[in-house]
This record gives sequence, C-alpha cells and structure tokens, in this order.
Amino acid sequence: MRIEVSRRQMPSRLFAYLSPVIALALTILLGAIVFMALGKDPVQALYSYFIEPLTETWSLHELLIKATPLILIAVGLSVCYLSNNWNIGAEGQFLMGAVAGSAIPVLLPEFQNYLVLPLMLILAMAGGAAYAAIPAFLKSRFNTNEILTSLMLVYVAQLFVDWLVRGPWRNPQGFSFPGTITFNDFALLPEMFPASGRANIGILFALVAAVLVWLMIRRTLKGFEVRVLGQNPRAGRFAGFSSAKMTFFAFLLSGALAGLAGIIEVAGAVQHLNEKLSVGYGFAAIIVVFLGRLNPLGAVVAGLVLALTYLGGEAAQISLQISDKSARVFQGMLLFLVLACDTLINYRIRFIAGQPSASAEGN
Amino acid sequence: MARSAANGDALLEVRGLTKVFGTLKANDSLDLSIGKGEIHALLGENGAGKSTLVKMLYGSLQPTAGEILWKGKAVSVTSPSFARSLGIGMVFQHFSLFESLTVADNIVLSLGPGHSIEQVARDAERLSQEYGLPLHASTHIGDLSVGERQRVEIVRCLLQDPELIILDEPTSVLTPQEADNLFVTLNRLRDEGRSILYISHRLEEVKAMCDRATILRHGKVVGECDPRKETAASLASMMVGSEVAEVQRETREDKTGEILLEVRDASLPPATPFSIGLKTINMAVRAGEVVGIAGVAGNGQGELFDLVSGEVASTKNAVFLRGQEVGNLGINDRRKMGAAFVPEERLGHGAVPGMTLTDNLLLARHASDAVALQRFGRIGWVWEEMVDKATKRICEEMDVRKSAENPAASALSGGNLQKFIMGRELDRQPSVLVVNQPTWGVDAGAASRIRQALIDLAASGSAVLMISQDLDEIFEVADRILVMHDGTIAEAGKAGDVTREKIGLLMGGAHTERDPEETSMEADHAH
Repeated sequence: MRIEVSRRQMPSRLFAYLSPVIALALTILLGAIVFMALGKDPVQALYSYFIEPLTETWSLHELLIKATPLILIAVGLSVCYLSNNWNIGAEGQFLMGAVAGSAIPVLLPEFQNYLVLPLMLILAMAGGAAYAAIPAFLKSRFNTNEILTSLMLVYVAQLFVDWLVRGPWRNPQGFSFPGTITFNDFALLPEMFPASGRANIGILFALVAAVLVWLMIRRTLKGFEVRVLGQNPRAGRFAGFSSAKMTFFAFLLSGALAGLAGIIEVAGAVQHLNEKLSVGYGFAAIIVVFLGRLNPLGAVVAGLVLALTYLGGEAAQISLQISDKSARVFQGMLLFLVLACDTLINYRIRFIAGQPSASAEGN
Repeated sequence: MARSAANGDALLEVRGLTKVFGTLKANDSLDLSIGKGEIHALLGENGAGKSTLVKMLYGSLQPTAGEILWKGKAVSVTSPSFARSLGIGMVFQHFSLFESLTVADNIVLSLGPGHSIEQVARDAERLSQEYGLPLHASTHIGDLSVGERQRVEIVRCLLQDPELIILDEPTSVLTPQEADNLFVTLNRLRDEGRSILYISHRLEEVKAMCDRATILRHGKVVGECDPRKETAASLASMMVGSEVAEVQRETREDKTGEILLEVRDASLPPATPFSIGLKTINMAVRAGEVVGIAGVAGNGQGELFDLVSGEVASTKNAVFLRGQEVGNLGINDRRKMGAAFVPEERLGHGAVPGMTLTDNLLLARHASDAVALQRFGRIGWVWEEMVDKATKRICEEMDVRKSAENPAASALSGGNLQKFIMGRELDRQPSVLVVNQPTWGVDAGAASRIRQALIDLAASGSAVLMISQDLDEIFEVADRILVMHDGTIAEAGKAGDVTREKIGLLMGGAHTERDPEETSMEADHAH
C-alpha cells in the first residue's frame, strides 16, 4: 500500500477560514485527553484554563497585557511571512528593543520629562530593527538561511540581557537580585483604567499597528510588493521589485514592532528590565500569525486567544497544581493542528492499495 | 477514411473515454482507434484535451468512464509502468533527464532495478546507431543540445521495444533539420510495424507525415481524416471550429526609421553551469520595424530578454533605448522611457498565477502609470477604481474571455491570459515592445489576433522585437530576421528574401564556424 498526497484542484474557501476554529476545537479536545491522562477532571480543568480567566475584570486586564506583545510581534511577522522571509528570531528582537529602550531610564535616571517615553519607544524600535537587520543582511548578501541566523541570534540576545541585568545595569540597591532600577514615572506607560487593573496603553499601539499594516498590505503598492515577492519572486523582478530590499523591509519592520513590544512589556507591566523578560512571546507570536491567517487583523483575535493560554497556564498552576509550562503544550498543539488543518485543506491524502509505481515517471 | 474504428486490426482502441476534473469535462466520451503500423496524429488547440487523453493512455491518469482496448482486449492502465509492460512508450514534451548524469545513467534510472549500466550503455548505443540517432552513452546530459536530449528520450523509449509510441509535440524544440531527421526515424519505426501517436499543432508536419488524424476540440472528437487529403487551412478550421483570420499587413519595405532599441557588444556570463551566456550581441530595431529572432529554445533567448528588459543589469552602454544608454537602469526606468516587455513564461514571470487580473495589471504598470493608477500623491496608495477600469478596457480591447469578473491569472486559459498580458502592454502604446514567444501554447484564434496586434503596433511607428521559436510566426510577422545560436546572434536577412534552409543552418550554428574576424567585422558593420 502506498500513501499519495496530491494538491486539491479547488481548496474550500470556507474551510480555509474555518481552519483556525477547527484547530482550536481539536486543541481543546486533545487538551482534555491530556488532563485526563494527568488524572484531572477534564471539564473542570478546561474551565479553569479557558473560561475562568475571562470572568474577572483584573484578569481581563492581564489578558490585554499579554496580548499586546503577541499582537505587535505577529503583525510584523505577518509581513515577513507574506513576503517569504522567515524571521524566527522575534524573541531576540523583542529583547534587544527592550534593552535599547531601557537605556534612557537606566543610564540617565535624572533625565525626567515628557520626552522620555517617546524617546524610549523610538529607541526600542530602532534597537529591534537593528538586531533584525543582521539576519536580513546575511540573507541578502550571502544567501544565508534566515531561519537559522535569526533563531540563533535569540540565544545571543537572551544571554546579553542576562549579563546586563546581573552586571553593568544591576540595581545597586537591589540586594544582589538581577535587574535594573525601577523606572521613574516618566518612563512608564500610563495605565488605561487604573481603578480596575493594570492594563496600559500598549494595547492601543498594537491595535493601531494592526490596522495600519493591514491597510498597507491591502491598499498600497508596498503591500502589493510584499505579496508579489512572497508568491513569485520572478514575477516580482519583472515588476521591478527587489527581493533583497524586501528582505530588509520585512525584517526591519518586524524587528521594530518586536522591539516596540519589548519596551511596552518593560515600561508597562514589569517596570524594570530583568532576566525573566524572555517568556517566549516572540515564538508564540509565530502561532498567532498562522492562527490569524497571515492577516494583521486576524492577528488581533489570535493574539487574544494565545494570551488566554498564558493566563490559563498560570491559573492551572494555582488551581490544578500542574506546571504553567502546560501553556506551551497548548500552544504547540495549536500550531501543529492549525498547520495540519491547512495542509489537509490544500492537499488530499489517499491510501492506495497495490504496487508502488516506478520512480522515474515523466509526469 | 482508411480504416474504421470497428476494424479488427486496431492496436489500440478507445471507447467513450471520459475524464472529469471537478465540473470540467476534459475528455468527453472520446472514440479513437490506432491501427498497427500507422502514424496517427492527435490534433487540437491547447486545452482541447490532448494531454488528458494521452495521460490516460499512458496510465498517469485514470478515466472517469469509458474503456481502453489493447489488441482487442479491455485493459485498465493503472500506471505508466503497466503501460510500458503492455508495450506503450511515451516521449514527453518536457524531458525528464538529470543534467549532471550521463546518458546511460539516465536510461538505467528509468528502467528500474536489475540492469547493469554497461549492458544498457551497449544496447542504447546499438539502438541509436540503428535508428540514426547518434548518441554516446557516456556523455553528460548537460552537454547535449535539446535535440540530442530528445534522442535520449526516444532511445530510452525504444529500449522497452514498444508497439505504440506516443510523442508529445516532439518538433517544438527542434531546428527544421533536426525535425527532418526525426521524421526519417519515425518513418523507419512505422515500417517496422510500430504505431505512433503523434501530438502536434504544426499542421504542415502532420500533413507530410501522418496516415490519419483525429481532431479534438473542447474535449470532444470533432473529426477524423486523412491529413494528406486536407489543406492546412481546412485542418486549422476543424481545430478551431471556424476560419482563422489571416494576418493583414502592408507590403514589406525597407525600414529606415530612427533606431529605437539597440544592443551593443553585450555579453553576459552564464548564470548556472548548465545555462548559456551571451557573447558579444549586436542588434538594432528601428521605428516601424518588427525584428524576429529565431532559434532553438535554450540558445540564450531568455537571457537576451532579461538583458533588454533590465531584469539582469549590464554595463551602461550595452543597451540603448531611443538613443540613451540604459544598460544600468532597472526595468521600470526602461518602461518609463516607453518600453514594454512580454516574457515567455506567462504564469510565474509575466503574471502571478494566484493573483487577480487587476493585481496582474498593476504588476507591470505600477511605475510607468504611477499617475493614473495611484492616488493621494506619492504615498503609494493604489487607486482601485482606475486599475479596475484599465483592466476592463484591456479585456474588452483584446477580447479576453474569463469566467468571473476578476479571476486569478491561473484561471484563464493560456490564450486568454496571453491576450491579457499583450493587451496590458499594448494599452500603453509603447514605443518599443520586446516580446518572447508571443503565441507559445496559444490557440490559433488568439495567436492570429496577437500577431496582428504586433504588426499594427509597428505600423504605428513603434519598434517591435519578437523572439520566437515558431518559424512560421517569424515569417508571418517579422520584417527582418535574426537567429540566435549558443548565445550569439547572426543576421539572416529580410523576411521576404531569406530561405528557411538558411535560417535552419544558422539555428544549427553554421555561422560559428566562420572566420572569427569576419564575424566581428560584421558586428562593427551593424552599427
């Protein structure tokens, strides 16, 4: 017997849109099985994982805080992936953005006025973009695989942050704990509804970025260039577009947005730079991109879903006494299943009884 | 009709064969019979269903309904290897050979396990001698010409001792002389009692060589005839379903207009070890003139197109548009100077298959028509109404037939997409048009429309450079003919004076054996 995978003549449009929903449903189903295997009541476990965080105001605030970096990064990555540039290193760009933006409150603690926050945001975007420029340069100049280089640079960034907060940037009054001084008030993002929770205006940046990038992709020539070069570089060259320039554009844009996400995280929820900043938003955002159908507006919805898995993981740690790493399990299953759904929507798998045919056929 | 389908001596018979893809009936209840020892032509336009039929005969597709009889017995051809075991061999239009391996390696690979390379090499060389297809088993495929590669495919097919050989558009890649050699081989195979199913849209060939012809249109058999008793025009009208308009042109005269496009001493190194570079190319196209470049595929035509279009950068003074040096300018800068380009590959070069027609309009014209197609100043905002309007205008002007208002490029038939791509450029009224294979795989009706458009454009005072492998097309459209061989260009002469034989010799590389000094003097002379 042999297994044949062939492209479907007419992939269903309906299922292409439903794919993330189906993947989510399957993830929840598989999650229930995992909980059962762990000896927990699946219904109760799923409730505390996915429903409970949505029932209280303060945790809705937390949801926005977690969704903000996911959406920001995913919006940038969607441009990368649409243009066929596989930036896997957003986590590193997120960290380097956070470092660059933190430089002002950490190194110039006396510099306190309304310019501080805008400058921090700009520096963070520049830092993230500069760090993303490395794999872009290596790809366009030496044809290096950007998946490997951008991924490896994540580890460099993680170790760099670790060294900074334990060494030169450590808070002298911090009882030897790693971490910088707490930022002054001018260096912190304002909270939106301080009475009910700590959600800050970072989510507005994420929403604005999503809408702007969506408009760019749908309505402008630049977005057209992104789509053409992503689908067909040869035709892109016929249109006079340059793949090398596009690589830089996509990496710089996604690096800048990841850097912005980094400083929003630091200047918002955490209020200082520490060694625990890297919790994998840059990787989870890859799932957000695919769950959001490579559409920046889709990334907003998908970012909220992924943020829920983080919250659920924390909730499950308390109420079910299982590791909050279970959130990673859910995220992994979700990515696997959404890609599996997409594959089955575009391809048909057939099991054919009989002899395999000779290998070298003309067609 | 020489033999009828009911005749007992049919080698292969097809009854009511139907293949449905989704809602499309690619083959609709076809009947066909191929007698022993006959060359049977399968004629039809692109999309008529020839490939589908042949793939079912060779086992790479399974029919939806109907039956195939082999020597009178119903068989179900489940795979190409089963087809070969029956005695059906096939030579594909697009070769499936590994360039970095030798002839013998390639043949052994296709035979499956249990054959020694030495034995296969001996058999292949013996067969190639017998049938006048000289080959050395130890040559690498990468070093062979296209015609020689086809020999490898034919010898590979003959090694299985087939009774029926299917040839898919075999002469589309050959020079006239190479094609003549192929015909000798085919006649010999017929004399041995083998049958040949010959797929082609070259009517002259079919008339000269085939005993019987079956004509397909829209997936149905619309006629069976003895092609020797038909004229090319009557065969064409059966294929198309109506008379094909003849191209109208004024008498050819010497064109003395201003030189609008010129290439001077342009050389390009080969991009890959198996591709061709350009060697000191010199040529010029005047206003009002159509210059045709003939040549066998893969002799540098694509590279020349890239050089002229600016997709590959060259030195500043290698290419001139309207007297200005443009060799270092990109394709959009050249478009802004009035040039337009139509590449050979429609899907994947001239158009993005998955994108709509409006997007594909933007593909070629976003820079040259920036003012008309963008709004809100210079922020790159696409003015969709204007793009829609231009798309509609082009579709109407060129009679592009489509199933939806704004379908994806891949949803159009080859002819309709080519009409759209030509229309996209003609709509700008370019002063220089460079087109590679304008009617490749395009149905006869669309082809004549496109050729007429090229002639009309030149008549209006533009310069047209047309690269084509179709000699008939070149003679029909061009004022002056150049020939490409192995990355060089030779002047053949005015279309009215030059003979096919001369062009054939140049296509085979006759001019390269001349004194190099003479060639370079000619090049100087061309300025």
